[in-house]
Amino acid sequence: MLTFPIFMDNHSTTAVDPRVLAVMWPYFNEKFGNAASRNHSFGWEAEKAVDRAREQIAQLVHCDPKEIVFTSGATESNNLALKGVVEMYHDKGNHIITAITEHKAVLDTLKRLEKTGITVTYLDVDASGLIRLDALAAAITDRTILISIMMANNEIGVIQPVAEIGKIAKSRGVLFHCDATQGVGKIPVDVQAMGIDLMSFSAHKIYGPKGVGALYVRRKNPRVRVAPLIDGGGHERGMRSGTLNVPAIVGFGEACEVCGNEMVQEATRLTALRDRLQGHIFKGLDEVYLNGHPTQRLPHNLNISFAYVEGESLLMGLNDVALSSGSACTTATLEPSYVLRSLGVGSDLAHSSLRFGLGRFNTEEEVDYVGQKVIQAVCRLRDMSPLYEMAKEGIDLKSVQWTQH
Amino acid sequence: MSYSQQVVDHYSSPRNMGSLDKSDPSVGTGIVGAPECGDVMKLQLRVGSGGRIEDAKFKTFGCGSAIASSSLATEWLKGKTVTEAYQIKNTEIVSALSLPPVKIHCSVLAEDAIKAAIADYQNKNAQAAAPVAP
Repeated sequence: MLTFPIFMDNHSTTAVDPRVLAVMWPYFNEKFGNAASRNHSFGWEAEKAVDRAREQIAQLVHCDPKEIVFTSGATESNNLALKGVVEMYHDKGNHIITAITEHKAVLDTLKRLEKTGITVTYLDVDASGLIRLDALAAAITDRTILISIMMANNEIGVIQPVAEIGKIAKSRGVLFHCDATQGVGKIPVDVQAMGIDLMSFSAHKIYGPKGVGALYVRRKNPRVRVAPLIDGGGHERGMRSGTLNVPAIVGFGEACEVCGNEMVQEATRLTALRDRLQGHIFKGLDEVYLNGHPTQRLPHNLNISFAYVEGESLLMGLNDVALSSGSACTTATLEPSYVLRSLGVGSDLAHSSLRFGLGRFNTEEEVDYVGQKVIQAVCRLRDMSPLYEMAKEGIDLKSVQWTQH
Repeated sequence: MSYSQQVVDHYSSPRNMGSLDKSDPSVGTGIVGAPECGDVMKLQLRVGSGGRIEDAKFKTFGCGSAIASSSLATEWLKGKTVTEAYQIKNTEIVSALSLPPVKIHCSVLAEDAIKAAIADYQNKNAQAAAPVAP
């Protein structure tokens, strides 16, 4: 039985897993203590719950529980990592290296830092979305203090060679921050093996609650220090003051444990569903293009451009399915996806893209329904598309003099 | 973004979607926009012997509002004289479809498409009516 609307936008957020929600409940009204209260049982109980969550999280990413700093989410974690390192290491240098396909939480933070005298190198990516390691190595100078490269891209799911980046950073004595918001819980993450010094991630992408995230901050080899963004009380080893959001942290911990226990089966199941969806679409339609690396990508990600059809109108035709598009019309800026543009995808195809983000609660039946529905909607819009008509008449659309507006 | 009922209606049941023979001298064709910008409209009209627009068709690559703007334009064109058609303003499309400010460019494109189709028709017929050299 299908229930509508179908949610297939799991890169944006995920539903809280019922098992996660169940462990959170008592921490709202029964065990509501402040984890910083050291002199009564309410406080101890809350602190114990936070400690357990820290362990659950640490286990998933292979770090020491003391290296986890709780934040409000990955955006704050990215801000804390970048601004905190810049402030703490300003006497060592003022240069940061990142990639043009990073999330706005990194890019916009770096834009602000540039106004304060920081120099940023933005690495290009190849047509599959990967950075080039030789370009990274070549960009490092004696003023470089930090490399910030994401683990997996939120639009195209491409997984960067994180362990190789970690090696380069280590060999050159530069810190490595990794925005792993889309990767943690979905693919194996090991901050030791990957040579990561700082790592941002959040609960709501992994079937936990919104409003809580973490920054992993390495304590040994090297001991990394970040200046806080928020002062007051010295919580989280002085790096992030403010009363801990205990119920959310408990949920975050549980979400990590569930992901860790089920990662292999879940990734296998989602890869099969994703390939099935891709198969339906590629069998049912001509002129569709996969965006991003064909294999080095998240198990649940599918990003496709449908030539001659505009993304927002396509989403309108899929009104019982929650998806997102790289079309300009779906953004505030009226520019098509900068991630797709960076891969060299033409603006026309960037406007024509859909992102499918499969998740724990999607079924094969849903995938079959969405596949059919996409095919129907694309066919209907192509009938309506002057571009499709021209292409079928043999006109080369690139040779047409368009009226820009 | 949520769409007005009028936009949803035109999107789900577009009026006059299709093509007319662009080589027919009584047909004017206007193609405006660019694929890189995310919208291209083709608007065609056929002018009858009485000087009134007898038929109009559109095809649009673009968002729901662009589709609705061109669909509505074809409805309005039918029965109008060329001069009347030239008077259609994008602001009338905006209010008829309750377009939000971010979608006003869709209505501008529809107005441009009407004017381009009329120009094409007039261009064709100016040539046809030109005196034959002795």
